[in-house]
Amino acid sequence: MEIYFFYMFAGGMIITSLLMVTRANVIHAALLLVLTFFFLAGVFVLAGAEFLAAVQILLYAGGIMVLYLFSIMLMNVEVAVRMRQWHRQGVVVFVAVVLLGLQIWAVLGEVEFAAPKQWEWSLGATPGNVEAIGAVLYTKFLFPFEVASVLLLAAMIGAIVLAKRRIER
Amino acid sequence: MAPLEHYLILSAVLFSLGVVGVVVRRNAIVVILCIELMMNGANLAFVAYGRFLDSMAGQMIVFFVMAVAAAEAAIGLAIVVLIYRNRESTDLDEINLLKL
Repeated sequence: MEIYFFYMFAGGMIITSLLMVTRANVIHAALLLVLTFFFLAGVFVLAGAEFLAAVQILLYAGGIMVLYLFSIMLMNVEVAVRMRQWHRQGVVVFVAVVLLGLQIWAVLGEVEFAAPKQWEWSLGATPGNVEAIGAVLYTKFLFPFEVASVLLLAAMIGAIVLAKRRIER
Repeated sequence: MAPLEHYLILSAVLFSLGVVGVVVRRNAIVVILCIELMMNGANLAFVAYGRFLDSMAGQMIVFFVMAVAAAEAAIGLAIVVLIYRNRESTDLDEINLLKL
């Protein structure tokens, strides 16, 4: 049962991301990417990362993509739709994809992984995914956590400074 | 539970589609969207490996990648908006000041 859901999410993800790369209209591409993120959240749930699935929907689909859609609205979409959409770089793409495929082929044959443990789960007794993440995040990964907050502050200030108009007095 | 290979192939397909989009498309915003797609392919590989190695570190790294992605989206979009204001277009072929 679980594997059918995996194939469903995977197929949906590949179809939507293919459409996203090929659509001429930027807004369609952004909305298709939101769909891709929803499917990816489903795959995260299947891989046992429920917290990340929720963050994926809230932060990626809800936050970042809305930011994209708002900045697309600041620009003139009709002109961009009419222009030629593609570079003529078929050779580069072909070489890049073949190299990537070879690397993946090399990695896939390397190590055999056993099937992951299936935990017995009972309400109240077993720590959930969120609890486990919290326990690791505030102990072992505390320093990266603080660094991420400084990075977000810098990005916020940078975005405001870059995008604001000069105010003439 | 799907085997690890399936997760890795799926993440590789996502990453490759992102690479194709970055190389081929001319619209700056679509290129940034494709970079997001590549990040999500990498995230999927992290989560899958974390699950199969029974480690929490994979999910933590994805968490930090998401924070970096948010920062990158804000800065990248600010730059694209600036370029659009100066040039009235987001066509990457017209941003060629560094070209010899």
